[in-house]
Amino acid sequence: MLTTNINNDFKVISNRRLTHKTWVMTLGGDTRAITAPGQFVNVAIPGKYLRRPISICDYSHERGELVLLYDVVGEGTEAMSLMAPGTTVNLLTGLGNGFSTDPSHDHPLLLGGGIGCAPLLNLARRLRTMGKSPVAVLGYNTAADSFGMERWFEEIGVEAFIATVDGSLGTKGFVTDVIREKGLPGDYFHACGPMPMLRALCTGLDIPGEVSIESRMGCGFGACVCCSVETANGAKRICKDGPVFRKEELIWK
Amino acid sequence: MDKSPLSVTLSGVTLQNPVVPASGCFGFGYGMAEFYDIDILGSISFKGTTRDARFGNPLPRVAECSAGLINSVGLQNPGIDAVIAEELPKMREVFHQPIIANISGFSIDEYVECCSKIDGEDQVAIIELNVSCPNVHGGGMSFGTCCESVSEVVKEVKRVITKPLYVKLTPNVTDIVAIGRSAVEAGADGLCLINTMLGMRIDLKRRQPVIANRMGGFSGPAVFPVAVRMVNQVAHACGVPVIGCGGVSTAADVIEMMMAGATAVEVGAANLINPYACKEIVEGLPAEMHRLGIDNLTDIIGIV
Ligand SMILES: Cc1cc2nc3c(=O)[nH]c(=O)nc-3n(C[C@H](O)[C@H](O)[C@H](O)COP(=O)(O)OP(=O)(O)OC[C@H]3O[C@@H](n4cnc5c(N)ncnc54)[C@H](O)[C@@H]3O)c2cc1C
Ligand SMILES: Cc1cc2nc3c(=O)[nH]c(=O)nc-3n(C[C@H](O)[C@H](O)[C@H](O)COP(=O)(O)O)c2cc1C
Ligand code: FES
Repeated sequence: MLTTNINNDFKVISNRRLTHKTWVMTLGGDTRAITAPGQFVNVAIPGKYLRRPISICDYSHERGELVLLYDVVGEGTEAMSLMAPGTTVNLLTGLGNGFSTDPSHDHPLLLGGGIGCAPLLNLARRLRTMGKSPVAVLGYNTAADSFGMERWFEEIGVEAFIATVDGSLGTKGFVTDVIREKGLPGDYFHACGPMPMLRALCTGLDIPGEVSIESRMGCGFGACVCCSVETANGAKRICKDGPVFRKEELIWK
Repeated sequence: MDKSPLSVTLSGVTLQNPVVPASGCFGFGYGMAEFYDIDILGSISFKGTTRDARFGNPLPRVAECSAGLINSVGLQNPGIDAVIAEELPKMREVFHQPIIANISGFSIDEYVECCSKIDGEDQVAIIELNVSCPNVHGGGMSFGTCCESVSEVVKEVKRVITKPLYVKLTPNVTDIVAIGRSAVEAGADGLCLINTMLGMRIDLKRRQPVIANRMGGFSGPAVFPVAVRMVNQVAHACGVPVIGCGGVSTAADVIEMMMAGATAVEVGAANLINPYACKEIVEGLPAEMHRLGIDNLTDIIGIV
C-alpha cells in the first residue's frame, strides 16, 4: 500500500535554546505521514551525507507543525541549532512504528531519560484524548540538564515528576526511585532514554511495557538493515520495526 | 512497435530503462513499494543472498563520510531458501520487471548451490555474483581480488545455470581490467562494477573505529569518479555488457556512466538518503536526454 509522501520540505518557525545543550525547534510543513507518537523524522543537514534521526516531540496535523527537542552533540545537531526561522529543512517524516496506545491500560507511566523525554509529550497528549491517566517521570543527570518539560506535561493535564542523579532537582536518583518513593500506580510503561536506563526498566519493573531504542542509521526507513538488532522474534530493524519494542522482545546481554 | 528511447538490453534481457537499485540498498523492493510504484524501474538487484540465514555484523554498522557512507551490514539476509519461499513472492506482488539476483558466498560450493536454486525462479533474469566476500577456503582473501579464484567460481557457477551471469567486481584491486577479463574468459556474460571500497572512520572522542567491525564498504557520490573510470576501462577492454554502479545520484550521473560504457546503471546509497531517488532519476532522464541532444540511450553507451 502506498503511503503519503514522506519526503517534505519544512520551514523553521522557531528554534530556541533551552539549556546548555538542549534546543527546541518548531517546523511547519506537511505532517500527514505522521501517524503515531514515538515516530521520528530524519533531518537532512546541508553538507552532511546522512540524515539525523530525531524523535517527534509533538505535532499537529491541523496546524501543520511539528516540534523537535534535540541535544547538540556533534556537527549535525550543531548545524540544526544554527537554523534561523524561515530556513527550509528537508525531512523524512512519519518514520518508525511509534508507541502503542493499547486501550486496555488506564494508568500508563511515561518514563524519560534526558533527551529521551521528547517523544513522551505527544504520547501523553494522545493518551489524554483517549481518556487515560498517564503520569510522567523525567530523569536527568543534574538540574542544569532539565529543560522545563514538566510544565509542558502539566499544560495538558499530566502530572510530571523529576529525578536527578545528583539530587539537584526533584527526587535524588533514577526514575525507578520516583516510582517507588511516590508509589505511582502504573499498569504499563512507555520509556525512552539511555540504554542503561531502559535495561533497568525492562529487567526491573514488573509491569508490562515498551521502550524506544536508538542506533546509528543509514536510511531510517527500512532499506539498508544498518540498524538491525537481534530480538526474541529474530532480527528487527530499529528504524522500521521499531524504534519502540515491547520489553519482552529485547534481549539484554 | 518502436523501441522506447530509454530501454536497454543486457544479454538479451530488455529493461524499460537503465535504472536499477543496487543490491543492499532496496531490500527486496516491497518495502520501497510503500513509497512509489516500483514498476517504473528497469530492474532491481535484490539484497545479497547466501546459503544460510545471516544476522550480519554487530552495530554500529554505518559511519558517515564526506559525500558518502561506510556500511558493514555483513550480508544480513534470510538465506536462499527463505528468499525463494518468502521474499520473492512478496517482491513479485509489487514488481513485474526482470529481477537481478545478487548472490554471495563464502565458498565455491555455496555460490553453486545458491545460483542453481535461484536460476529456476521466474522473473529472475540475471544472476549477479558478488565476489567481494572472503573465501573461507582461501585464507579469507576475497574471491574478487584474484584472477584465479574469480575464474574458478565463474566456471563452476556457469555449469549449473541457464540465465546470464554478471560478475560484480570489487574495486579493491590493483588491476580491475585483469579481473574482469578473467571473469569473461571463464564465461561471465557481463560485469557489474563497482562494489564498495574498503574504508574506515575513527571516533576521535572514543579513540575507536566508528564501525563495530572496524572497517566497511565506502560508497556514495564520493566514489563516482572512481566508478566512472573503472567502468570506462573495463567496458572497453572486456567486450561484454557492463552495469555501472558507484555514487550515481542523478539522471546526469546515469548518462555519464553510460557514456563511460555502462549499458545499465545501479543506484545504491542515493536511495538511503532519499527513498524516491530512483523514481526521480527515471523521471528526470527524458529531460536530461533532451538537454543533451540524446535520442536513444543506447546511442551513448561507451561513446567516450
Ligand atoms: C530513532 C531515534 C530518535 C532520536 N531522537 C532524538 C531526539 O529526539 N533528540 C535528540 O537530541 N537526539 C535524538 N536521537 C539521537 C540523534 O540522532 C543524534 O544525537 C544525532 O544524530 C547526532 O548527530 P550529530 O551530527 O550532532 O553527531 P555526530 O556524532 O557528529 O554524528 C555522526 C553520525 O553518527 C550518528 N549518531 C551519533 N549519535 C547518534 C545517536 N545517539 N543515535 C543515532 N545516530 C547517532 C549521526 O546521525 C551521524 O550519522 C535519536 C536517534 C534515533 C535513532
Ligand atoms: C548498506 C549497503 C548494503 C550493501 N549490500 C550489498 C550486497 O548485499 N551485495 C552487493 O553486491 N553489494 C552491496 N552493496 C554495494 C552496493 O550494491 C553498491 O555496489 C555500492 O554501494 C556502490 O554504489 P553506491 O555508491 O551507489 O552506493 C551495499 C551497499 C550499501 C550502502
Ligand atoms: S537504517 Fe536503514 S534499515 Fe534501518
